[in-house]
Amino acid sequence: MALSRLKADSLNLADNFTFTGDVTGEAVGALNLLQTQTASSSASISFTTGIDSTYDEYWFIFNNIHPATNDTYFKFQGSTNGGSSYGVTITTTNFIAEHSEAGTSPALSYNAGDDLAQSTDFQTLCRRVGGENDESCSGILKLYNPSSTTYVKHFISDFNLYQSQNFSLRSLTAGYFNTTSAINGINFKFSSGNIDDGTIQMFGVTQ
Amino acid sequence: MALTTFNPRSFDLSDTYAFTGTVSGTNVGGGSLVKISEQTASASSSISFTSGIDSTYRTYYFKFINMHPSNDGVLFQMNGSTDGGSNYNTTKTTTCFQAFHNEADTQAVLQYATGGDLAQSTAYQLISTEIGNDNDQSTSGELWLFNPSSTTYVKHFMSRFQCYYFNDNSTDIYIAGYLNTTSSVNAIDFKFSGGNIDEGTITMYGIA
Repeated sequence: MALSRLKADSLNLADNFTFTGDVTGEAVGALNLLQTQTASSSASISFTTGIDSTYDEYWFIFNNIHPATNDTYFKFQGSTNGGSSYGVTITTTNFIAEHSEAGTSPALSYNAGDDLAQSTDFQTLCRRVGGENDESCSGILKLYNPSSTTYVKHFISDFNLYQSQNFSLRSLTAGYFNTTSAINGINFKFSSGNIDDGTIQMFGVTQ
Repeated sequence: MALTTFNPRSFDLSDTYAFTGTVSGTNVGGGSLVKISEQTASASSSISFTSGIDSTYRTYYFKFINMHPSNDGVLFQMNGSTDGGSNYNTTKTTTCFQAFHNEADTQAVLQYATGGDLAQSTAYQLISTEIGNDNDQSTSGELWLFNPSSTTYVKHFMSRFQCYYFNDNSTDIYIAGYLNTTSSVNAIDFKFSGGNIDEGTITMYGIA
C-alpha cells in the first residue's frame, strides 16, 4: 500500500530540493510550450496542430522575424479547416508609435491602412519591416478561446520592429475572427518574399 | 545518511503535494515561464541583473511590483550592457506614448511623449514616468526583451507600466525600441533618475 504520510521531521519542506528528472506535470498559470518553428527561407509558417480546446488562451512569441525582401509587411490569418485555407473574416484596429534614428518624426497614430473591416485578407502585424542583416521584428500575439463555437475569437498583438527607413516602430493590433466556428490553424507570412530567419513559439496558457 | 530514493509504491504520484522549497530543475513540457532571479529593493541605488541573461532563453520577461522611489517625481529607467554590467550604455532608438487621467477628472489624454523617447542615444531609457513618493505611490509593470544574446540582430524590447504620477494622476505608459547593437546584451540595470529605489521587487523570467 502506498504511504499516505511521512514520519514527522523526516523531510524539511523548507529546504531546497534539486530534482534532476523532468517535471512533466502542468503548472497552473503557466506557459506551456506546444511548438517551436524556425524559419529558413520559408514562404510561410503555419500552426495546424495543437490549437484546440485544451487551452483557453494561446500565446505566440516571435523572435527576430527577418524578411528576405526589404520593406515588407508581416501578416497573419486564421483557418477553420485545419489549415486547408486561410480566409476568416476579420475586423481589427491597428495603431503605431514610431521614431526615427535621426530623432525626427516621433508620432503616435491610428494606422487606417493596416486595419481590416469584415475582410478575409491577411492582417498586418508589422508594417515595412527592414531587410538589412540586423533588421527584424519581435513581439507577441495572444489568441483567446479559439475553439469556442459560441463567440468570435479575439486576439491582441504587440510588436517592435526595425522599420526599413531606420525607425523604431511599435505596432499594436487587436481584433476578432468574426466566426463562431473553431479556429484550428494560424498562418504567418510576409506580404512578399520569404521569411528568411526567425523563430515563432506557440504556448498554451494554463488558467 | 540522507535518503536518495524511496521504495516503489511508497508515494502516490497522482496526489498533490505542496512543496514550499524551490524547484531548481528545468520544466519540460509544462511551465515554460521560468523564474531566473528576483531582487527586492531596500534603499537601493539601482538593481542590476548581471547573470542569467544568455542564450539559454530566447525571450526574457521582467515583472516589476510597486517600485517606490525615495524622491518625488522621478523617472524609472533602464539601460543595457554588453560587458556583463561594467558599463550600461547601449545605443537605443525608442518610442514612448502614454495615457493619463488625473484624480480631479480635469485631464484625460492619449499622446506620443517626445520627451520620453531616444534616438541613437546611450542614455538611460525611462520606462515609467515621474512617480510620486507618497507612501502609497509606486509604479508596476512589465518589460519584454527579445533574443538578447543574438550576434546578428538588434535587441527589441517593449514595456508597459502603470504609474501613480506625483501630481496624482494615473498614467499608463508604453515604451518600445531596440538596443542598436549586434553584440550580445548580457546585463540590464534599473534605477530612478534621482535618489534610491526605496522598495519594490523585480523578477526576471526566461521563456523556454
